[in-house]
Amino acid sequence: MKILVCMKQVPQKDAPLKLNEAGTWIREEVSYEVNEPDAYALEEALRQKEKHTGEVVVITSGPARSQQVLREALAKGADRAIHLEDDAFVGLDAFNTAKAFAAAIKDEQFDLIFTGLQSDDYGFAQTGVILAELLGWAHATIIMQIEKTEAGIRVKRELEAGYFQYVDMPTPAVLTIQSGINKLRYATLIGIKNAKNKPMRKVAMAEVASAIGPNLQKIERLYVPQKSKQTQLLEGSPGEIAKKLVDKLRNELRAI
Amino acid sequence: MAAATTPSQKIAGGSFLLETRQPCEVFTPEDFNEQHQMILQTADEFAAQEILPNADKIEHKDFSVSRELIRKAAELGLSSVDIPEAYGGMEMDKVTSCIVADRVAVYAGFATSWGAHTGIGTLPLVFFGTEAQKQQYLPRIANGELTTAYALSESSSGSDAMNCRARAELSADGRHWILNGEKMWITNGGFADLFTVFAKVDGEQFSAFLVERSFPGFSTGAEEHKLGIRGSSTTPVILNDCKVPKENLLGEIGKGHVIAFNILNIGRYKLGAACVGGARIATKQAIEYAKQRKAFGKPISDFGLIREKLANMAIGIYAGESIVYRTVGMLDAALSNIDKSAPDAARQICKGIEEYAVECSILKVWGSEMIDYVADEMVQIFGGYGFVEEYPAERAYRDARINRIFEGTNEINRLIITGFLLKRAMSGQLPLLPAIKKLMDEVMAGPSFGDADESAFAAERSMVTAAKKLTLFAAGSASQKYMQAMPDQQELMGAIADMVIESYAMESCLLRAEKLAASKTDAAAKLPVAMTQVYLAEAMEKVESRARKVIAAVAEGDMMRTQMAILRRLGKHEPIDTIPLRQMIAQRVIEVGKYGV
Repeated sequence: MKILVCMKQVPQKDAPLKLNEAGTWIREEVSYEVNEPDAYALEEALRQKEKHTGEVVVITSGPARSQQVLREALAKGADRAIHLEDDAFVGLDAFNTAKAFAAAIKDEQFDLIFTGLQSDDYGFAQTGVILAELLGWAHATIIMQIEKTEAGIRVKRELEAGYFQYVDMPTPAVLTIQSGINKLRYATLIGIKNAKNKPMRKVAMAEVASAIGPNLQKIERLYVPQKSKQTQLLEGSPGEIAKKLVDKLRNELRAI
Repeated sequence: MAAATTPSQKIAGGSFLLETRQPCEVFTPEDFNEQHQMILQTADEFAAQEILPNADKIEHKDFSVSRELIRKAAELGLSSVDIPEAYGGMEMDKVTSCIVADRVAVYAGFATSWGAHTGIGTLPLVFFGTEAQKQQYLPRIANGELTTAYALSESSSGSDAMNCRARAELSADGRHWILNGEKMWITNGGFADLFTVFAKVDGEQFSAFLVERSFPGFSTGAEEHKLGIRGSSTTPVILNDCKVPKENLLGEIGKGHVIAFNILNIGRYKLGAACVGGARIATKQAIEYAKQRKAFGKPISDFGLIREKLANMAIGIYAGESIVYRTVGMLDAALSNIDKSAPDAARQICKGIEEYAVECSILKVWGSEMIDYVADEMVQIFGGYGFVEEYPAERAYRDARINRIFEGTNEINRLIITGFLLKRAMSGQLPLLPAIKKLMDEVMAGPSFGDADESAFAAERSMVTAAKKLTLFAAGSASQKYMQAMPDQQELMGAIADMVIESYAMESCLLRAEKLAASKTDAAAKLPVAMTQVYLAEAMEKVESRARKVIAAVAEGDMMRTQMAILRRLGKHEPIDTIPLRQMIAQRVIEVGKYGV
């Protein structure tokens, strides 16, 4: 099985975030790490390869610093990497990112493309789905399990309220992978050593520029939620108060 | 591998006292390459996911857990960084080795087992083993099947290890060494499979032996009940007509001291790195506590005296990283020219490391005193909760204390620092005497009024220069008076060592800050620059006080007054207001919830 894993570099989870002056995104002076859902997507791809043989290729777009996520993936066992390297890729919306990816892999033949369910920074959860549409492939989201079948694959999707859905799908297909579905492996020192010698194809903006157009999505304003305190006095008999309290917790705050 | 980021020029050990270095000549954590960073991340993940969740079990002396962790770490390659590839190891640079030692040190009980196994337990074999010995043991150490220990101390010989009573005699048939005696304080004693044991052949020639636990006549005694590092095993090793195959002699008969001293050099720089790692997690826990603990209606992290502590703790980590990675960067540069396949490669590596014996001892002394300070302030920040076992400060405080004792006490290491420099000065290897003479001439010539240097870091650079001059001045005055008898003046040797240590630490902080300022945005460099300024101010006071102590001891009357005047002139600097600097540092570390450089 030949699998492509789309990966993204995002600000570290515990990084203190400050808004940029325009209030449209955060300031760049933070540390970065692999988008967590993508780490699970990679892990799943490596497991599929171990089971069925094949190849795992990783792809990302972004400035030089984002190469780190590819190296990490290579150290964990991916076979090769594709880096769409340019600062300008950072500003692309999901639609354009998917178009850029599609253009960069037009000569490749993958059986499956994995992405993380969503990114920890923007959280759009769109790139994978749009990519499937652009390629004309089947897709499924929130994947928890993948099994190879004679006709293609059978996947388990997570639905709400503890329900799951099993879907038989043809390949090629795009799957967006849920976090926590497997146990992430460490990058071993031998893997890290070998990663240096694995192929990394660089794709310049010029090579894919004709495929992308103006962004369709734009962030107008980003703000830090204001903390506020409100006091409400519930009146009535103890029984009535308890009832009102439960009603508020359940229906207004959805805490229980 | 390190050649790309490590300054390639070889720098003489101890020369920092005499020469001015440029930022580009020192290695800093900011110079970690992609590979270093990935290994750091693997080590961090291993520490968080494997070591910390198991700390309680290990603390209760379930050493099967320690062994299992060592085996898991071996699978990842973390435990074989210093073992050559030919024997199944990773064979990586010393920067990597220190990164791992630093990051594994999140829990001292395990870090001690780890250090003994990967360092002093395994390295004698790596450096001094024969081909057959290495073939026999190293692959199984690299894959975690065997764990190791180092048995040097005895009940009546510690710092004077050569004075040991354990004996080795050749058996009548000439096929075995028969070892008798008792070793004490042996880390990993309770579970290690292979021990490097020191004993005197025929009661005279100090030698080393590779001794397996399974050899007849070998046993270990009961676990010691220790003040700290209770998660490590410490037992006596009992040799009762212990039969060791003749070919398990390590190195040459009568040359055990070469092994013992070289291995301790390595143990020392790694211990320095581990102390930084220990301080990093202690500081993180202290910040977390200070942020959530409220007094007078606000978190105690808002209070000046708590913020001052948090700032000092972070500065300790910054300075510690600066000296540790500067030193291993030099080691890697020195070792990079050695042909690893040469038959005497291991000896050359040892010699390369011995070149930096002073720096290795500095790392050990400075690192162990820094983590002791950090752990002490951690207890203070936790207040009453710092005194009870349910909170992490109590254990951190107990665990920190041993670092000033093992791998050569800090007293022995202070004597090594000054003694080694003086010895090199006498033999002409290090032009210390001409430097002292030049300084004296400069002093006699009176003050100079050159153009004031107004470039960035001018004040800081002049302070570092002043610290070095004071050190040379004090060392010069003391050795002029005592000449060859200097080593007997332990108090003076110790005071001079303090000045040497601080000079190295001050310069390392400054060079790193300069390097950061040149490569990062002003905002990113602000924190390390502030840390450097505060550290320099504090360290300078220490240097001055030690200089006064030395001068007062070696001169009297008019001579003393003249020398004190010189001392004041050499050490002259404008005091800086460290309060806003510490406030800023504290603000930053509180914001990010950890040491934040």
